[in-house]
Amino acid sequence: MSLLSSSVMRKFAMALSGLFLVVFLAQHFVINITSVIAPDVFNQWSHFMGTNGLVQGILQPVLIFGVVFHFIMGFVLEIQNRRARAVRYVQYKGGASASWASRNMIISGAVIMAFLGLHFYDFWWPEIMHKYIESHPENPTRYYAETVHKFENPVRVGLYATAFILLALHLWHGFASSFQSVGFNNKYAQGLKGFTKFYAVLIPLGFLFIALYHHLNPIAH
Amino acid sequence: MKLTLKIWRQKNAQDKGRMVTYPIDGIDGDMSFLEMLDVLNDGLVSRGEEPVVFDHDCREGICGSCSLQINGEPHGPDRLITTCQLHMRKFSDGDTIVIEPFRAKAFPVIKDLMVDRSAFDRIQQAGGFISVNTSGNTIDANAIPIPKNDADHAFNAAACIGCGACVAACKNASAMLFTSAKVSQYALLPQGRVEATQRVLNMVAQMDEEGFGNCTNTGACEIECPKGISLENIARLNRELLSAQLKG
Repeated sequence: MSLLSSSVMRKFAMALSGLFLVVFLAQHFVINITSVIAPDVFNQWSHFMGTNGLVQGILQPVLIFGVVFHFIMGFVLEIQNRRARAVRYVQYKGGASASWASRNMIISGAVIMAFLGLHFYDFWWPEIMHKYIESHPENPTRYYAETVHKFENPVRVGLYATAFILLALHLWHGFASSFQSVGFNNKYAQGLKGFTKFYAVLIPLGFLFIALYHHLNPIAH
Repeated sequence: MKLTLKIWRQKNAQDKGRMVTYPIDGIDGDMSFLEMLDVLNDGLVSRGEEPVVFDHDCREGICGSCSLQINGEPHGPDRLITTCQLHMRKFSDGDTIVIEPFRAKAFPVIKDLMVDRSAFDRIQQAGGFISVNTSGNTIDANAIPIPKNDADHAFNAAACIGCGACVAACKNASAMLFTSAKVSQYALLPQGRVEATQRVLNMVAQMDEEGFGNCTNTGACEIECPKGISLENIARLNRELLSAQLKG
């Protein structure tokens, strides 16, 4: 049996990639929150992340692989799951026994994927242009102002807010579920469940707060 | 009690099938759901119509034969019971009740509300057993000391009656709760450890081959299971399979 040919191993891989992305989200949040409380620190860390060889050469490709794998595997599993019930029920009360978040991971996942397209267009692509195509000289103090300017547009803030709410729902089920998928469900796992729910609310709401804060506190160009 | 029944009618596996509406009167709250269907069928037969085909056997929640999706839930709105244990007092006069077969690609409809659940048998045959020499020198199972906690968990897993409600409830039509109960039942006992590696590999491979969906941990199976089989069995199966894969 090759590694991903089994349904159980596929969900194990899904859980591991999800846990990796959960760790990444925490790191992303910690750096972003400094843009609210200490702009200079935000500039320093952003410059480090954008210019460090290890981050750019190894961690960033690993992260992109993790994101792409999680998305592709999510869609593959969804297609397989739909095929497993070719004839649908006339009446199906899914909400009677399972939460909306757990039954609609594909919807929250698709919204997050669309958001990532916007996020890459907003931040990643301009960085690539700035550093590698237009070859501007390094300026370690530019990141804070560039970030705040992005949140001047209320439509963008609205789209980000929508994505963060869906991210919270995705994490609400996905984070705790990943422990079950890797077979970790002893008393310690039960204790960790509370933390996963706390994390699922705290991190997306934190990102939402950062976007709103910069929208409400613009700086001059 | 006067009710309107909307029932899935399908002549055979090839027929497309459709919902048919049947008004029914004189239903007593103390009747079981299957007795209510018996009354319906008596009426249909007396009118020269085809009775509604549905699975049933023991009618006391033990055999796992009855398998109806009632108002969108397997075994109906009550918890920890099978369809045969559901009483009509759970419904009100004038209600409309939608009755469908358990839906899954791996559970093809045979006729009307009866589905073929032999996929479960094949999963069981793939490894849900222990090999015992029965040529006269069988060791008494009680001679092997087993921690009470393990025995209790194994017994709870063994309570699965294989009705298929887990598959019917799951949005992915996954058979993980059934398969995990059968794996756990043996994995927890010393007699079952001997063949544990091959058992989990074979049973999961058979489960996948039957065309069931992937488990996404929604937990619907546990809620709808008439025997209260716990999700902890699925976590155990995941551990067993990972360990078996690592052993090669």
